[in-house]
This record gives sequence, C-alpha cells and structure tokens, in this order.
Amino acid sequence: MKLELRGVTKRFGSLVANDHIDLELRSGEIHALLGENGAGKSTLMNVLYGLYQADEGEILLDGVPQHFRGPGDAIAAGIGMVHQHFMLIPVFTVAENLMLGHEETRALGSLDIAAARRRVIELAERFGFRIDPDARVGDLPVGVQQRVEIIKALARDAKILIFDEPTAVLTPQETDEFMAIMRQLRDEGTAIVFITHKLREVREVADRITVVRLGTIIGEASPAASNTELASMMVGRAVELTVQKEPPRVGEGGLQVRGLRVLAADGTVVVDDADFDVRPGEVLAIAGVQGNGQTELAEAIVGLQDRVTGSITLGGQELVGRSVRDVLDAGVGFVPEDRQEDGLVGTFTVAENLILDRSADARFRTVGTIRRRVLDAFARAKITEFDIRTQGPSSPAGALSGGNQQKVVIARELSRELKLLLASQPTRGVDVGSIEFIHKRIVATRDAGVPVIVVSTELDEVVALADRIAVMYRGAIVGIVPADTPRDVLGLMMAGENPTEDAA
Amino acid sequence: MSDRVPGAASEPGGLPPEQLPSASGPLTGTRPAEVPPAPRSNQLMREILRGSVATTVLAIVASMIVGGILIAVTNEDVQKASGYFFARPQDTFAAIWQAVAGGYYALFQGAVINPEADTFEKVIRPLTNTLGFAAPLIAAGLGVALAFRSGLFNIGARGQMLVACAVAALASFELDLPMWIHLPLTIVAGIVGGALWGAIAGLLKARTGAHEVIVTIMLNYVALYLVRWLIRTPGLLQKPGSNQPISMATPDTAQFPSLFGDQFPLLNWGFPAVVVATVIVWWLIEHSSLGFRLRAVGENPNAARAAGISVQRMYVYAMLFAGGLAGLAGMNQILGSVTTGFGDGIDAGIGFDAITVALLGRSRAWGTFWAGLLFGALKAGSFTMQAAQSIPVDIVLVVESLIVLFIAAPPLVRTIFFLPKDDSERSAGKRARLARRRERDDEHKAVAS
Repeated sequence: MKLELRGVTKRFGSLVANDHIDLELRSGEIHALLGENGAGKSTLMNVLYGLYQADEGEILLDGVPQHFRGPGDAIAAGIGMVHQHFMLIPVFTVAENLMLGHEETRALGSLDIAAARRRVIELAERFGFRIDPDARVGDLPVGVQQRVEIIKALARDAKILIFDEPTAVLTPQETDEFMAIMRQLRDEGTAIVFITHKLREVREVADRITVVRLGTIIGEASPAASNTELASMMVGRAVELTVQKEPPRVGEGGLQVRGLRVLAADGTVVVDDADFDVRPGEVLAIAGVQGNGQTELAEAIVGLQDRVTGSITLGGQELVGRSVRDVLDAGVGFVPEDRQEDGLVGTFTVAENLILDRSADARFRTVGTIRRRVLDAFARAKITEFDIRTQGPSSPAGALSGGNQQKVVIARELSRELKLLLASQPTRGVDVGSIEFIHKRIVATRDAGVPVIVVSTELDEVVALADRIAVMYRGAIVGIVPADTPRDVLGLMMAGENPTEDAA
Repeated sequence: MSDRVPGAASEPGGLPPEQLPSASGPLTGTRPAEVPPAPRSNQLMREILRGSVATTVLAIVASMIVGGILIAVTNEDVQKASGYFFARPQDTFAAIWQAVAGGYYALFQGAVINPEADTFEKVIRPLTNTLGFAAPLIAAGLGVALAFRSGLFNIGARGQMLVACAVAALASFELDLPMWIHLPLTIVAGIVGGALWGAIAGLLKARTGAHEVIVTIMLNYVALYLVRWLIRTPGLLQKPGSNQPISMATPDTAQFPSLFGDQFPLLNWGFPAVVVATVIVWWLIEHSSLGFRLRAVGENPNAARAAGISVQRMYVYAMLFAGGLAGLAGMNQILGSVTTGFGDGIDAGIGFDAITVALLGRSRAWGTFWAGLLFGALKAGSFTMQAAQSIPVDIVLVVESLIVLFIAAPPLVRTIFFLPKDDSERSAGKRARLARRRERDDEHKAVAS
C-alpha cells in the first residue's frame, strides 16, 4: 500500500495554506509531519481525510487517483484519523462509540451491542491494549480515550492512520505508552502520519520526518538529527533550546506555604499537607504527572480554590481565605495552565486582555470609563516588548496563535509590580520560538529578585528553568531536590518514591 | 500496559477534571469551581452576536421577500387571477404586484410618513406613532441585551415589567404631588421595582448556580399572578368602584407629557427617556470599567474569575440593570400608552419581543435601538396594512419572526445571498498572513545581521 500526495495546494481566499505539497506514505512506516502551529500540517491532513477539497494536485492510492468528497470516502479508502480533540460521545460506552456511524442492527432494528463489544475485545487483543468495552468513555483517562479513537479507526480497517497532535493531551507516561502503540501498529503494517511539534517524540518514534513551514515542505530530516537542527528547520532560523541563566542570587522572605490542604468539591483531598518556601530570586519548579494536585496547589495560592486550610504567606501577608482580587493585589502574577479556558477572553481584543485583571486600575480608568487611549498606548508598548505577533492592539486575542496568546498572558502578568510569579504550564502548546522567549522572560523575572513558581509536567522544562524542584505525587510533595538531580531519580519521585530521602 | 495513570484516583469516576480535554473539546469536563458554568446557549449567542451588519440587513431583506410571497398568496385577487393563470398570466402578475406593493406601501404609510394626508401633522404622525411604539421595546430590549452581554439569557423582562408597574402604582398612584416630583418618583419606583425583581434571578444564579432561563421564566409566572392578585384586590391596586381586574388610573401628574402636542398622541417624553437610557447602556457596556468586567464574565467566566473579577457580583449587577431597563419599559406603558388603569396584560408581549429586538440588535446598545425602531415601525404599520389592504396582522408577525429566524441562522442567509466565508476561515486567513509577515521580518533581520 502506498499513498502519494502530489502537488497538493489548498487556498483559503488569498491565503495559501498548503503550497504544492508532495508527500509519500508507505505501509509499515511512521512518517512524522513536523512543524510549528499554523504551518499547515492539519490542513494538509484534512485534505487527505476529505474534510477539505484540494484546489490543485492529486491524491494517489497505489497509483490510482482518489477523489474524496468527504471523510466517508476517505474512510472507505482505508484512511483513519485521530483528531486532537476526540470525536467521542462521553456518555456512551466504548462499544457504543465504536459502532457509532455504522451501527449494526438485529431484528426490529435493535442495536447489536454484543457484536461491537466483541469487535472491541478482538481489536484490543490484537494490538495489546486493555480496554473495557462497557466503560463509559467520559470516565476514562485521556490516554485510554485516545485508544478508543484508535480502535474506532482500526475497526473500519484503516490502513493509514493520521494522528493530529496526539500527545498534546497526554501525560509523559501516556505518551510513552502511545508511542509503543504506534510502533506496534507500524509493525502490523499500518502507515502512520504523526503530526506534532514536539521534537523529542519525533526523534524517538519516526522513521521519516518531513518538516513543514508556512504551507510548504522545507525538507526531509533524519531521525538522527539533533533537536537543534530540527528546531531550526521548523522555525527557519537558529534556535537556542537551552536556557542560559546565572546562578540564583537568593534573597530573604518570599512565599511560605505551611500545611496546605485543599479539598475538591466532592471532599477528596487533592493537595495534602504541602510545605515549601520560595525565596526571592529563585525558581521553584513543581514537577509531577498531570493530575497529582499541581493545578489545585496553584489555584489555592491564587484563591481560586474554596476548601483550603493551612497557611500561605507572601512577604508576611496571609493569602488563605482572601479573594482572587486581593491575592492579585498582593502582588501575585498568575499564568493559568489553560490559557484559553482561564487566561484569556478570546473574543476580547489583545489590548483588553492585557488589562483583564486591571480594569479598575486608576491608570486605565477615569470616572468609571476605560481610558482607551492610555490602554492603546500600553498595549502597543507590551506588544513590542513581548514580541506579540498580532495585527494590532484591537485584533481579537482568540485569533492569535497559541504562542502569541501565551505571550499576551505573560505580558499582562509581568506588567504589574510582582512579589510572586506563578506560572502553570507556561509553554504548553506553544511553538518553539515562543518557548525560547517565554523561558527567557521567566528567568529575567527571577533575576529581578521575584520568587517564581513554575508548574510543569514537561521534565525538559522543569530541568531547564528550576533552581530547586518539588515533585508532587497524589497531592503530596514527595521531596524538594536540587535542579541537577538526575532525571531517573525525578522519574521515580514522580511515581511516588523518594530515593533521596535516606541521603537527606 | 496499564490503562490508568498513576496518581489518578483508583475509581475512574474520581478522575481529576484536568485530565479531561479542555472545554473546547467534545468531552467537556465539569469544573469543580463554584462558578456556575457558562450557559450552553452561549454558543448560539456568540454565533448571533458575531454576525455582521450585512447579515442583519440581508436577513431583513430576505424576510420581507418571504413576507411578500405570503401577502401575495393570501390575497384574494391573486387567488382569483391565478385560477385562469394560463389564459391571462399578466392578470396574476398584476394582482401580485398590486397586493405586495400595496401592502408594503400601506406599511410605509402607517409607519413612516403618510404622503396622502392633507396637513403636515398628519403626514408625519405615523413616524411619531412608530417612535411611541418603539420606546418600550427599546428599553426592554436594552435590558435583555445587557444581560446577554454578561452571559445571561434574560427571559424575565415580562415579569420585571409587571412588577415594575405594580411597584410604581403602589408607591405613587395615590399620592397627590406636583408633576415635577410625581413623575420622576413614579419612574424611579418602577425602575427600582423591575431591578429588584431582576436581581432575584441574578442572586439565585450567583449563589446557587440555578439556571437563569428557568428562574426568569418561573419568576414571570410569579409576577403575573402576584400582579393579578394585586389588581383584583380592593384596597390594594384595584380601581375603586370596579370589580374588574384592573388597576386604578395613572394620576395626571405622573404621566409622561406629550412630546410635540396632542396631534401626536403616541409620542411622549418616554421616548427621550429611552434615548437617554440607550446612551447610558452604550457607555456602560462599551466604555465603562464595570461594563468591561460584565463583558469579560459574559465571554469567559473562567478567565474573568482567574483575573480577580467576582463573577457572582457581575451576574447580580447584570440582572439588576436588566430589570431596571425592563422597568423603564413598564413605565412607558403605564405612564404613556395605558393611563386609564392597567391589567395583567400590560406588558403586551413586549417582554418577549424584547428578546427578539436584542437579538436583532446583536446585543449592542445602538443596534438594539434601531431594532426597536424597526419593530415599532412594523407594529405601527401593521394596523394600516390591515385597514387599507386587509392584510392580516399575522403576516406582519410572520415577517417579524422570519427576521429573527434568518438572523439566528447566518449560514442560511450567507447561502441565500452567496456570501462566502465564515469567521473561523477568516481568522485562519489572518493568522497565516501574520505568519507570513513574521517570516519576512525574520528574513529582513537575518539580512540585516
């Protein structure tokens, strides 16, 4: 089986999203499509999957030209796609989701659930997954939901599988498991297209790498290429992947957290007796697998959690029990982990988002009215300072790329007088160029003598930024270790063990 | 291979919400926060709000066309002529032209100016009628629009109007005061009454997360029966010497004086009051710092909360304002249109038309103003349409409803008028242009260095 794209061009109005793209896929091969957000990877795959019609060029399957008018045609030709946001119905079981769209029925039109269950078990066994066909999809962890998507595609005899940014929603462990699944599918003879902008994953799993930039193919790279080489190809200029920083000059005071407990709405303990200090001029990174209480810990500091006991003091001021407004006024800068959900109002302009938490500031308000001119000048200054790539202060923030949206959030938080910077997943879903920039700004904030907390599930980021690392597991802090702790030790700590305990 | 993540609760139901994909995905995890989630209807709301002015105008045109077809089909002459269509098709076309053109001319005559009248006053009287009909529609529409912008579907304008009327009547109908104090007092009482009634819904939403649609609908019933009881009970609001469910008459000193004299019976000082309200709402939503927070909550309550905005407080404020504006609409009714005593139907459907007006005005202050004028014109014109051309009033209502239907379905209008592109494609294009510019910039930099 061989799939070829020849000269595929897709235009949206005057914009050329894909410009004469040639691509070849073979069975038993993982082909990585590497490129920054907005490079045209997803558009290309949507053309292949029949969601868009190519304006020029052709798709050949074993040398025969194909004309996909919709995903139905693509599926019939053996192409399956796993979208970044899953196309599953959460209240349905795995088996019900599997049969969705091609339900088999028995007499009187009753659904043949048993057949669907058998199919789930059969496919899961063939590829070595463990999936309960009767589990409600909404109850499953994201990694397992993704497997349901994969099984859905396989159930329709997909010979070619397209994964659109599959690891964006996965934890490191789930990512490793996912890559094992990809290898297994490849060995079974499936052709895989793996769309991503994460270099490590590409180098680990891909047989071939094609780099896409601004709608055109830049070239093919070898999986043996270094991260820096790949990043440079992606971004189109030399990129610095390591963060340059001086040893910390630590001051006194800062943030003290003592005996912090956070209960979820249902009463379960999500942060268990956390104790730590962050002093001015240092970065404390909070590492751990997603869902081990880091989110709640960060939210508790900012005042977004309700059921908090213990003590959080910043410069001697108690923060527990205060409103978000008070905490922000006390000098806390907060970068939420999900910028679209908690960080930005997508329909607001860039300028409005830059003062989202300061609309009552005397600087931006006079007799109850927002001072548009001051705001505009302020926004222009921040756009320049933080290199936010936008058409101007009045374009909607939702139209920016992920990296630039994140820069808006960071610019907003860093433009106040800070006594603490708390950044959750500051570079999640952000392109390489912006990661570099954001890391530099975080280090600059530290060097200005501000205590900084970085919550991250990316070990690379933790190691790059941290002066000390706190590892969380099941709501508790397993240990706080120096930044030069070996990765395997950190990995063990993230699973709940503390090898350094005896030494310390 | 384990199918569970270490750290996740052992039972799958206890999965932390952040392990579910973000809310933009189809598997929306419920958030544990106490902030009531944004109404699901937000999606629809956004779709409507983002429609362009062109879409709105085209929706009106499209509905006028369909309305024209309906006028033609229901016209007796057209029906008669079409009986011998193949013998003399021109008769049918002439009849259709006569019916449709005559109908819309009558609408124009009743709503804008009457060129056939003999005196200037009579020529422009239809316009003043339109303004008079429009005033309460605009006021109530502003209330709904303001709530919309704050993320709330306010279906309760009817109840808020009714309560406003009752409160105003209770507070001031039996007083004997000079006009300069009686009128403002009555207006303020009405606005406060409506505002408090609206705030009940806001408080319930903020404190308990009760859905405002259900709450406001139910409060409409509470208000209706409460007011019915008040106006049926002697000694409370019932008209003295009457056993009908009707209130006492509005005292002369509490009525809106006529704006340009008695030749224009429907236009009174209620209209300028509504214009002032429009300006205030426009300033509040678009330019004030409070409006900024209201809009932030309306667009993304989670981000607003993380930015230190009290979402609960904003919900209460929004409903307070919305109720107050509905109260102003109620005052336009009892201090202007119906001064001989009001019944429980005093809202005259304005509370619900307000939703339509706000949608048509895309929840902008001035948009709502113009939409209210259009609806006032349709209302004023519908009477002449019926009188002059015997076109049923229902046809006008059909046109009104069709406008909303077309506005609520922008893709339909885009298809009818061959308008390409929707917002997502447009923003994708924008992003790509930016990326291209960035590329160029970088090249320049590289060359320079």
